[in-house]
Amino acid sequence: MMESKAVPSKRSAIRSDVLQQALAFASLIVMFVVFSLASPNFATFTNIVGILLSTAVIGILAVGVTFVIITGGIDLSVGTVMTLASVITGVIISYWGLPIPAGVLGGLAAGALCGFVNGTVTAKMKVPPFIATLGMMMMSQGLSLVISGTRPIYFLGTPSFRQIAMGSLAGIPNAVWIFFASAVIGSLVLTKTVLGRYTFALGSNEEATRLSGINVDRWKIAVYTLCGLYSGLAGVVMASRLNSAQPALGAGYELEAIAAVVIGGTSLSGGEGSVLGTVIGAFLMSVLINGLRILSIPQEWQKVVIGAIVIVAVYADIARRRRR
Amino acid sequence: MSPTLVSMEGIDKAFPGVQALDGCRFELLAGEVHALVGENGAGKSTLMKVLTGVYRKDAGRIVYQGQEVDIPNPRAAWEMGIGIIHQELNLIPHLTVAQNIFIGREPRRWPRFLLDEKELNERAQRLLESVNLDVDPRARVADLTIAKQQLVEIAKALSYNSQVLIMDEPTSALSDAEIQELFRIIRELKAKGVGIVYISHRMDEIKQICDRVTVMRDGRTIGTVNAQEVSVDQIVSMMVGREIYATAQPAPNEGASEVVLEVRSLSRGRAFQDVSFSLRKGEILGFAGLMGAGRTEVARAVFGADPIDSGEIYVNGKRVEIKSPADAVRLGIGYLPEDRKRHGLMLDLDVEANTIVATLQRYAAALGWVQKSKARREVQAYVEQLGVKTPGLEQRVRYLSGGNQQKVVLAKWLAKNCDILIFDEPTRGIDVGAKGEIYKLLNDLTVRQGKSVIMISSELPEILRMSHRIIVMCEGRITGELVAHEATEEAIMRLATLRPTPRAVV
Repeated sequence: MMESKAVPSKRSAIRSDVLQQALAFASLIVMFVVFSLASPNFATFTNIVGILLSTAVIGILAVGVTFVIITGGIDLSVGTVMTLASVITGVIISYWGLPIPAGVLGGLAAGALCGFVNGTVTAKMKVPPFIATLGMMMMSQGLSLVISGTRPIYFLGTPSFRQIAMGSLAGIPNAVWIFFASAVIGSLVLTKTVLGRYTFALGSNEEATRLSGINVDRWKIAVYTLCGLYSGLAGVVMASRLNSAQPALGAGYELEAIAAVVIGGTSLSGGEGSVLGTVIGAFLMSVLINGLRILSIPQEWQKVVIGAIVIVAVYADIARRRRR
Repeated sequence: MSPTLVSMEGIDKAFPGVQALDGCRFELLAGEVHALVGENGAGKSTLMKVLTGVYRKDAGRIVYQGQEVDIPNPRAAWEMGIGIIHQELNLIPHLTVAQNIFIGREPRRWPRFLLDEKELNERAQRLLESVNLDVDPRARVADLTIAKQQLVEIAKALSYNSQVLIMDEPTSALSDAEIQELFRIIRELKAKGVGIVYISHRMDEIKQICDRVTVMRDGRTIGTVNAQEVSVDQIVSMMVGREIYATAQPAPNEGASEVVLEVRSLSRGRAFQDVSFSLRKGEILGFAGLMGAGRTEVARAVFGADPIDSGEIYVNGKRVEIKSPADAVRLGIGYLPEDRKRHGLMLDLDVEANTIVATLQRYAAALGWVQKSKARREVQAYVEQLGVKTPGLEQRVRYLSGGNQQKVVLAKWLAKNCDILIFDEPTRGIDVGAKGEIYKLLNDLTVRQGKSVIMISSELPEILRMSHRIIVMCEGRITGELVAHEATEEAIMRLATLRPTPRAVV
């Protein structure tokens, strides 16, 4: 007797990024419940505000880098570009004595400019994004130190600058509201606009996009510039929160941002992903760190756990695809 | 007489080292289905890429709807109404059908950067209905079958009001029913006065659907004939063109020696199905077929480089499981890949390192220390035996000629005592003089050393000259087996373009 051949497997009706996102969300809930049961100090208003606040900066960076990763690229410079943006903001406000809005705009513009350079080097000069943004990571790190003279810049003369991030609405710090707003806007751009559509198209099949008559280089530059703009925003929020621009900070943030994106179901090979997933991914990491801290697990172990989570998240994604 | 839509004259196009098109001409009438045929590399796709702005022509004239035109990029071609459906479909898998059809021309809402998804889907729906395509505009392209994707490509082309539609091997992934559906749509378009260029290897389809046939060979237009007035054989001989090579060859073993490798009903997904053949000791078994016929895929599967879905492999009469190249090598099977530079060699390592990479353990002393002098002696022996021309064993293989690189790959497998050697396009990219040497080597290996060789080649004279038996594949199936002295280029070509029919129930 011949055994019947396996019928071609039915295509899964659920997209893998959506599934991954649901998984991340479920993990988030489970973690929340577990930590709440484990410690009475976890599910308090103060602690939750703390979690939200600690997610804000990484979250803003992660929303920006989500776009780049959906195009199939990578941006390693977001952390140090963020720092450069906060230094520029500090220089404009504290050294030049210009008004706060000028400093904020300067910070945003610095971020966008770095992103524009990343995009141009990648799209026009065909330097792989890993290298282009690695170079930008180092350059912006160096520039931050050069411009600031390796010293922190304090916003002593402008107490209201601190309100940008630390003022609050409904008991929740502005930094968190800024993060939410930037995520909502990011999500709308990704799903409702031309830029968003081409972000997916580039990551899904760049050659087909080109053959459809789309100016691939221009849109790629736009995506990196947008990512840079988000880094600039994160820089302003960071400076405001610390009430100072810390030129030595920032390295390592890019990897946490990328980790958030990946945990949230955005594929590193491009073509799929969502801002909501990224937000969930960023929270998942914050909740985990916060919970471990509350359970008095030494800080050194937090990175170990986060690292493992990233690997598990990506493996879950790969395993599901392979079974397809 | 229908008006002329497109007329191309004296088209030249050169790529570094190759004159891809040499004074080509081509003419397309309104409401005509015009087949463009030729062997692999004849220039069909290149000519159509010139017409659609993917490549710029070096010389020549293109007249479109009565006016001489310049087509600088794909966008310009689309907007002029010249659409192409590439063989490898050019859709964006993660986007929906509607999003793919209107990419680059998405309907917008106020403010200008917002997309109007509703309008997009409605327009796509109307378009799909107008050509009777049963596809949901909101479905993701990645979730559609290849046939449906093809129909989406057609809809995309029609959305530009294309007057010219070029289809490059449109049926290569379709079932018979799907092909009939495609033909129905082609006939409808034809009735509306659209001119269709139909690039295909399948003579039966050309006979069914096409009005005229233009044959290309070696970058030149050989001629244009009416499809109904000529026979398939006439078309094939126009495609092949060359004088038949003298098929003289050493043929010492006609079914006399024992079978060293037998493959039964090997299948792997879409790549190939139900492939069975046997290889005898001292034999050269040729594998002929067109590009994409599945020959390389079969070789890779036998070598364990790709997994198989079903089938059995026997080596020296014993059933074996080959799950990885390591298994194959242990059984004495060596594979010399088509793309030596990518899959066969470590270009920046030297001759010695490349030769002993598969046998390194043999020269290892305690703690994995490599005994250089012992390795060196053996490598030197192979270099001399195979006549590798190299200044020394320290020469990086990158700087060797193609023929000598091929010999280094061969030395690697001989060092490993492989008795079954699979050569994938052994003379591709090798100059004529060195080809002769490779042929001599092949004969030497089989006749003197009793090795058995599978030779995949797209060059018909080579297959005819070198093989004892020839297996012809088309679209993942074996369509015929020929004994070398009975084989002709025409016979191979006919089998290589034969649409495999489902095997009758025995």
